Amino acid sequence: MTNYIIRRLLMVPILLIGVTLIIFGMLQLLGPVERSALYVKDFPKNDKQIQGIITRYGLDKPFLTQYGIWLFGVKDPVSGEREGGILYGDFGYSRTASQDVIDIVKNRFPNTVDLALWTVYPMLSVGIWLGVKAAVNQNKFIDQAARVYSIIGTSFPTFVFGLLLLMLLYAGPQYFMPGKMSDWVSQIIFAGEFKQYTHLLSIDALLNLRFDIFWDALRHMIMPILTLSYINWATYVRVTRSSMLETLRMDYVTTARAKGLSEQTVINQHARPNAMLPIVTMAGSSIVGLLGGVVITETVFNYPGIGKAAADAAANLDVVTVLGLAIFSGSILIVSNLIVDVVYAFIDPRVRLA
Amino acid sequence: MTEQPELIPTGDNRMLDEVVSDRKITWLERSLGTDNYRIVKGLFKTPASIVGFILILIFVLVAVFAPVIMPPVDKDPYKMPRDGYSGEPRGPGAEWNRKVPDMPFWYEPLTGKTEMTHVLGTTQGQYDILYGIVWGTRTAFKTGLLVVAVTVIIGVVLGSIAAYYGGWVDNVIMRITDIFMTLPYIMMALIFSAVLTPILGRSLWPPLIAMISFGWMGYARVIRSDILSIKERDFVLAAKVSGVKKNRILFKHVLPNAIFPTMVLASLGIGDVVLGFAALSFLGIGTEVGYADWGQILSFARNWITNLDRYSYIVLYPGLTLTLFVMGWNLVGDAMRDVLDPRMRGKS
Repeated sequence: MTNYIIRRLLMVPILLIGVTLIIFGMLQLLGPVERSALYVKDFPKNDKQIQGIITRYGLDKPFLTQYGIWLFGVKDPVSGEREGGILYGDFGYSRTASQDVIDIVKNRFPNTVDLALWTVYPMLSVGIWLGVKAAVNQNKFIDQAARVYSIIGTSFPTFVFGLLLLMLLYAGPQYFMPGKMSDWVSQIIFAGEFKQYTHLLSIDALLNLRFDIFWDALRHMIMPILTLSYINWATYVRVTRSSMLETLRMDYVTTARAKGLSEQTVINQHARPNAMLPIVTMAGSSIVGLLGGVVITETVFNYPGIGKAAADAAANLDVVTVLGLAIFSGSILIVSNLIVDVVYAFIDPRVRLA
Repeated sequence: MTEQPELIPTGDNRMLDEVVSDRKITWLERSLGTDNYRIVKGLFKTPASIVGFILILIFVLVAVFAPVIMPPVDKDPYKMPRDGYSGEPRGPGAEWNRKVPDMPFWYEPLTGKTEMTHVLGTTQGQYDILYGIVWGTRTAFKTGLLVVAVTVIIGVVLGSIAAYYGGWVDNVIMRITDIFMTLPYIMMALIFSAVLTPILGRSLWPPLIAMISFGWMGYARVIRSDILSIKERDFVLAAKVSGVKKNRILFKHVLPNAIFPTMVLASLGIGDVVLGFAALSFLGIGTEVGYADWGQILSFARNWITNLDRYSYIVLYPGLTLTLFVMGWNLVGDAMRDVLDPRMRGKS
């Protein structure tokens, strides 16, 4: 086990270097003048200033030198303070959002986590439940229905589904709303009576015992939760179904049946736990995917998470912001993938012995 | 003379006879080879995949006959004709006043009207939705085919180099593949398009290049594993023994035998590519405003979400088109997955 974890940990720096190299390589496609935008907050007044920035941050130096500067930043010759350097959390300055990219991350990431938190349970439980039901009733109505659903579900583009939800649940009846909170909630938060313990709105509302705010937060999240669950259910149903079918054909299941155990016990206690192994990997990667920024869903529902921030910056061609967010989301993915792999090795010994 | 060992046990051999002698080999099977024939046959087996093929066929016909179905108005047929500049969408059946196309053959018999109207309504900026859908089909196939072709070439080249040379070459290439796979596809495609747009200008190219850059990994993996298994076959050994050069073995013996599953997989990837392209357009990256492209028509709806109940046609028709297109490919792809995954064979 330790061996496996060490091997897996050794991959992390390689992945991180790879990801940063890819993103930095993209940056290199731009000329030095465009790249100087990384380090300027206000629009430079003349060419001389731009030239100054280029020499100061070595934007005309060879690739690897620049990569080093980009990672570690440079020391100011006068004050000795470090400037730039993504390793020190300086992802550059966002022109379109008028703030540091790291501040965008700080403001937006809790919202993405909040959404992910409430999506995980419905996404997993319903998908797995339907998949198991389909496998147990193979070729019966519920199975056929589940299979048709999983094909339609994978074909429905996220944004079309999102727009349809908005049409049905928001436009006319106003059951649920896009965005993150109603105006009255933002006023309460702005007034400062509302303590922000975790910066996750729904959790904070519960901790403050403000159930009206909690309900408001949920009302804003339900449509994105539905969308994210809906597109994932399709895949979960298919994978659970085939894994469950495979397990049900195994000899130990026949043994359990032969012992005279009830079908209920055979399915719930004997077959299902083993059929869940491939689902655990999938669940891991879909949770990681939720944290890495769900660009389309957040954009459709105007939900202010990391994904929406990236989409907005991209639409405005704000390269610095977009790349900064990419690095953040790439690192999140690498770290969470590591956690998922280690957890999985605990659950399934075959992984760590391979 | 030694006695011949008994190959076929005597007794009731009816089942064996069926397998050995009664199976007729058709010309198609002979020309494709048994393994590939099984794949092709599997694709046409289920009703679902046949529905999928029909859907795809309909879209192909619409793309081919686009100039007949919706005669172009501008010199560039991909520019959607603009009937005025009003922001507000107009419903199906609204009058067509400016930039009226010639009346297509189906119009009068189907609608019974003698004046051209917007059959599916107009979207924000008075772009005709039907025109966008019809010509957008061509955009969809163009982008899908191009991205798939290039990603397959990249994937096959990298995958076969990795598989055939093995060792550290394999290790390096597959680790690079892993790194690319770690990154979230849509987010990276979005980001790379945003980087490319200032360089190349607003056109099809930034999203296409971005999707190519982050779309080849799957093919590299599939071709690699197929080559690894073909490499162990006897005929490759025979070629080696008879002194054929390494490169010749790869190109003449291994690749032609290993490439078929990748090609089928790739052709089914068109649906995903079109979906990704539409998503990027929807997010506001890609073609210039007014280009016939499903994602862009849908992106206009983003400004009307508070009134979508009144303007449902700006989502429903383009959304349905995109969904049916992707569904066609998915239905065939679903049959494909069953054929290619031996564990699933005969189980579903």
